[in-house]
Amino acid sequence: MKNALGAVDTVLLLGGRSEIGLEIVRLLVGLGASRVVLAMREPAGEPPAVTLNVERPAGAASPEVHVLPFDALDAASHGEVFERAVELVGDLDVVISAFGVLGGQADYDADPAAAMADVAVNYGAHVSAGLHAARVLRRQGHGTLVVLSSVAGARVRRANFVYGSAKAGLDGFAQGLGDALHGTGARVLIVRPGFVIGRMTEGLTPAPLPSTPRQVALATVRALREGADSVWVPAALGPAFRLMRLLPRALWRRMPR
Amino acid sequence: MTDFLTGWGRTSPSPATLARPRDAAEVAALVAAASGRGVVARGLGRAYGDAAQNSGGLVLDCTGLGGWTFDEASGLVTASAGVSLHELMTALVPRGWFVPVSPGTRYVTVGGAVAADVHGKNHHRDSSFGAHLRSLTLVTAGGAVRTLTPDDPLFHATVGGMGLTGVVCEATFGCVPMASSLMRVDVRRTGDLDETLAAMAEDDDSHRYTVAWIDLLARGRRMGRGVLTSGDHADRGTLEFAPRTLLRAPGWAPNGLLNGVSVRAFNEAWYRRAPRRASVVQGIAPFFHPLDAVGGWNRVYGSRGFVQYQFVVPFGAEKTLREIVGRLSSTGTVSFLTVLKRFGAGSSGLLSFPMPGWTLALDIPAGQRGLSRLLRGFDERVAEAGGRVYLAKDARLRADMMARMYPGLDRWRRIRDEADPAGLFRSDLARRLGL
Repeated sequence: MKNALGAVDTVLLLGGRSEIGLEIVRLLVGLGASRVVLAMREPAGEPPAVTLNVERPAGAASPEVHVLPFDALDAASHGEVFERAVELVGDLDVVISAFGVLGGQADYDADPAAAMADVAVNYGAHVSAGLHAARVLRRQGHGTLVVLSSVAGARVRRANFVYGSAKAGLDGFAQGLGDALHGTGARVLIVRPGFVIGRMTEGLTPAPLPSTPRQVALATVRALREGADSVWVPAALGPAFRLMRLLPRALWRRMPR
Repeated sequence: MTDFLTGWGRTSPSPATLARPRDAAEVAALVAAASGRGVVARGLGRAYGDAAQNSGGLVLDCTGLGGWTFDEASGLVTASAGVSLHELMTALVPRGWFVPVSPGTRYVTVGGAVAADVHGKNHHRDSSFGAHLRSLTLVTAGGAVRTLTPDDPLFHATVGGMGLTGVVCEATFGCVPMASSLMRVDVRRTGDLDETLAAMAEDDDSHRYTVAWIDLLARGRRMGRGVLTSGDHADRGTLEFAPRTLLRAPGWAPNGLLNGVSVRAFNEAWYRRAPRRASVVQGIAPFFHPLDAVGGWNRVYGSRGFVQYQFVVPFGAEKTLREIVGRLSSTGTVSFLTVLKRFGAGSSGLLSFPMPGWTLALDIPAGQRGLSRLLRGFDERVAEAGGRVYLAKDARLRADMMARMYPGLDRWRRIRDEADPAGLFRSDLARRLGL
């Protein structure tokens, strides 16, 4: 259970190798979370360290970490992942939906089937997982689903419109789900980072106002504590994109990237 | 009916289905029909944290369990769980009787007093509520209504058991006779923490009721200065009880109304207002329940609410107490009402809070920066010193700390598991602390 000062106890991370997801988990563990479930594709070997660079509360025992196999594209198995997670750690205080893939627009242009497959991960799979999460959180009467959206979906650009359109769909889904859960005690937090410098964007030139996974995680944890519905990282992207939505398309399509 | 419930501190609201049974049979029927999210009893909602909340489950509003009897020859009261100490005082005081233990508010139910094993200003002499209990009836997980006496292990798991062994439906306890409803009260100002501790130890020998208010924002030489009030029932006088609510706190108080500046000003005024040393005569309500005169006083903390932190450290661990007071004072932590008390012998409750030693209670606005870290540091020191924090006030303790602070926990678990193997009785506090 989340305590009166906003510290949580249990976390389920869908996409157990996600850099941003793991950073959020580490920060939550640093604030006292004691039971973590990492759900990931083909888990093998040692699970990723959740106490990396984390200062645990004084006197706290090391957190309990469980790993579950999770295949985003196998929607039929999603329900079981949640059931297992609840069996392992009890009520889920925070569920982080952090899995995803980023392909280049040129590759998608050349291989429409690959584009469709990635959209299925970045959007369709989140719909299934999100609805399962909502069912569990609604039953509990508490808990927050953290959805990693992106500014790419705030206004879709020609430079990455396959990825961007999936994120746009995901963002809309998360907003609707948050509204559907209003008054149940369960919540949805939408995180909208800009360009994140990390493994997923290796080799790409950073866009303006980039952030690191750590910065995204810090903003997410602050938003969780404050009970916010959405957070832009960095915060300046919020007003920037509200303006960019107003740009005429003739101008918008000339955006270099 | 689904309702969002909070404790008195107004933090962490959670939704639950509320039902209001009127007798033990109705309680038993509701318990038998409870779902997998479990059930917990609630009284007047004076626990500060999440003890009487059950997110997604069933909460029994037990204030409908009314009715009580009094046997003047034995001084025994048998009261349904929903009867408040206010109701009992209103009827008993004019007859020359008083409840054995009264916490800082009389708006608690008998059921809540048992479940939290509440204590009052007479703890150094008379221990806590559970020590005066002769028997209680409990609706257990199977829906059975059981009468328990101190011979049953379940009795000691229920006293202070935070409602997690079943629903207390009735309790029988001894009351104390008094000649007057007036209190003879000695008030004195103390200049620093050492003087406060010494004065309290001295007054505990000569007075039935003692408590000290501490000015936490005073620093340096004046750190831990306070006002000690020590009282006894007067030998002569009238027997009457007609307390009034002087004012109601508004519902729109902004966050941050109680801040370093306003609390410092209040503390200074409160300290100056107290006589250096004087004897006064007070009524029961102003002496025991000064805050009850302000209706809904918890609202002055604003929408973010507040947390209460009450700990006890055993005698001999005064160093820990001093360190904590020093840290609170040096960090400028805003605690509006800081209260110090010396505890006597504890009761037999396995999860009861009181133990011989010093207890300090603070209430702090929940939005205060760095509060989480500060209090976790205190948890560590308190546990280290062999002390504990009070579950009825807690809203933020961690499960591993709980296990270190309550040596009776394993035994309590065994008894609870036997009485409720499926863990039907559950609260948000139980989930948070892994009980």
